[in-house]
Amino acid sequence: MGVNFAAEKAEAERLRAVFAEAGAQPLDCAIMQSAETLLDLYGEDIRARAYVTHDPSRGEMMLRPDFTVPVVEMHMSHGADPARYTYAGEVFRRQEEHPERPSEYYQVGYEVFDRGDQAVLDAEVFALFAEVLKPHALRPVTGDIGILTAAVAGLQTSQKRRDALLRHIWRPRRFRALLDRYSGKTPVPATRAAMLAQADPMAKAGPVIGMRSEREIEARIAALRADAAEPALPRGQVELIDAVLAVRETCSFALEHLRDIAVDMPALLPALETFERRCDALSARGIDVAELDFEASYGRSSMEYYDGFAFGFVCESRPDLPPIATGGRYDALTRRLGGGQEIPAVGGVIRPGILLEVAR
Amino acid sequence: MTIKLGVPSKGRLMEKTFDWFGARGVKLSRSGSDREYAGAVEGVEDVSLVLLSAGEIPRELAAGRIHLGVTGTDLVREKLVQWDQKVEQLAELGFGQADLIVAVPAAWVDVDTLDDLDGAAAAFRARHGFRMRIATKYHRLVRDYLRMGGVADYQLVDSQGATEGTVKNLTAEAIADITSTGETLRANHLKVLAEEPVLRSQATLFRSRAAKLTEADREAMRGLSEMLGV
Repeated sequence: MGVNFAAEKAEAERLRAVFAEAGAQPLDCAIMQSAETLLDLYGEDIRARAYVTHDPSRGEMMLRPDFTVPVVEMHMSHGADPARYTYAGEVFRRQEEHPERPSEYYQVGYEVFDRGDQAVLDAEVFALFAEVLKPHALRPVTGDIGILTAAVAGLQTSQKRRDALLRHIWRPRRFRALLDRYSGKTPVPATRAAMLAQADPMAKAGPVIGMRSEREIEARIAALRADAAEPALPRGQVELIDAVLAVRETCSFALEHLRDIAVDMPALLPALETFERRCDALSARGIDVAELDFEASYGRSSMEYYDGFAFGFVCESRPDLPPIATGGRYDALTRRLGGGQEIPAVGGVIRPGILLEVAR
Repeated sequence: MTIKLGVPSKGRLMEKTFDWFGARGVKLSRSGSDREYAGAVEGVEDVSLVLLSAGEIPRELAAGRIHLGVTGTDLVREKLVQWDQKVEQLAELGFGQADLIVAVPAAWVDVDTLDDLDGAAAAFRARHGFRMRIATKYHRLVRDYLRMGGVADYQLVDSQGATEGTVKNLTAEAIADITSTGETLRANHLKVLAEEPVLRSQATLFRSRAAKLTEADREAMRGLSEMLGV
C-alpha cells in the first residue's frame, strides 16, 4: 500500500472527529487482548488471521484483530444505556493469503448500543457511513443475515437439524454439505450406515480412553439413530433456501422477490417486515432504496458474525482492494460476551488507509 | 560459484537420498569423519553438497541459501507460507512416505468422518465447556484442513513429541500426526479417520525460486538436471 502511516493516522483522527460530531463518545482500548476470549468466539481459524503472543503470567495474548470484542466488553461492564461510541486505532492481521496487503492498519469505528427501534438504528449507521464516504463514489452493498436465519428456522425438519444449519450459517460450504445430507442428495456415509446397522455399536469398541466418555459416545449414537429416522428434507425446501440465497438486486426488487418466496415459506415474514421497515427508515434518511444493492448472502464470512443487517462499501475500479468500510448488526455477539446480559448492537468500521489510496 | 544441494544430514533419509542420486550417476558422500557435516559430490561438475537437518531445508530453500534441497513435502508445506511461490517441486524420490492424518480414540465408534468430528466437537464443547483439543505440531496444515472440512469448536494444542499418548494422558481428545505404519496408533487405541489424509508426504527434491544463479550456475544446473532426469 502506498499510503504512509502519518497520513493514515491523520485521516483516522479526522474520521473519528466526524463520528464524535455525530454524537458518539470517543473511546480507546488495549492493543493486547485475551486470546482465549477471541478464540472461544471465532474458533481456531482466527489464529491464521491474528498475531498471538505469549505473556508468562497472563498466558496467550492477541494483538487486537478488530475493536468489536473489546468495545462490547467495555460497554457490557460499565457502559451507559443507550450509548454511541467511536474509536480510531491500529488493528493487526496476518496476511498469509495476501502478503501484499498490510498487516497493520487503522480502523475507525462507530458503534450503537441501543434498545430502540432496530430498523431506525440500522438506518442511522448506514446513512452516517454513506454521508462520510459520499465524496469517494463507492458502491454500497447491503444484506440481512436475519432473513437467512428465518428461512432456516422455517424449514420443515427436526430442531436438531435446524440448529446444526444455524451453527454453520457463517460457513457456506459446510452449510451446503448439511443441506445436501438432510435432503438425501448426498448419501449417508458408509461408515455411519455400517455403525447404525449394528445392534450394539459399542460391543467391539475396545477401551474407552480420553475425556470423552462412553455416555457421550452413546448419546451421539442415539442422536444419529434419531436423525436417520427423520424423513428427508423435501427438495422444495432446499430450493426455497437456494432461492433466498440467490436474491441479488436492488432493495425494492429484493423485497418484492423475497415476499414472493414467502408465499411458500411464511416463516420469512417477520424478517421481511424488519427489512421493509429498514428500507423505510433508510428512505427517511435520504437513501434511495430503489438504487441500493441487496445480496441475501452478503455478510456470511466467518470473521464478522453479523446476525442481521450487514453492509459494505467497495471501490468498483479497484477490485484488488478489500472493502473500504463494513458493518452490521451483532446482537448475538453481545449475548455471547455478556454473561447473561445482552443489548442490541449495530455499527461499522472504515479503513482510512484504503480510503486515502482510493482518493488518490 | 557452485550449485548448492541440501540433503538431510543423517539417518535413513540421508542414505536413501545418496542411493537415489547414485542410481543416476551422481555420487554423494560424507567426507571426513562421521561427526563432520561435510560432503562431496562426484560425477557432475560445479555442485557442492550441504548437509542439513531435514527441518531446516525448507527455510534454506526459501531464503535462497541453497539451490536444491531434499526434504519431506510435509515440512515444506507447514513451514513455508505460499510454498509454491518459493520452491518448485522437481521430483518425488519414492521413499520417506508418510501421511499426515487425524486420529481419534478407536472407541469413538460414532466418529469416522470430518462431519462426525464436527458433530462430536459441538457436543463435547457443550458438555465440557471448552473446545475439543487436537494435539499436533503441524498447526497450519491441520487448521487449513479442518477449515476446509467445516469443523468448528476445536482447538489445536501443541505437541512436539509422543503425540499418540496425549489422549490417554487427558491433554487432548484427538491428534493429527505423521504416520507411516499405523502401529503406534493401534497400540495407543487410536484410529485414523476414514477421510483423505491432511497430506501425503514423501522425500522430494525441491528447487529454490529465490537462489541466484550465474551463467555458469545455470550451465551446472542444466547438466545436473539432465543426469537426474528432472
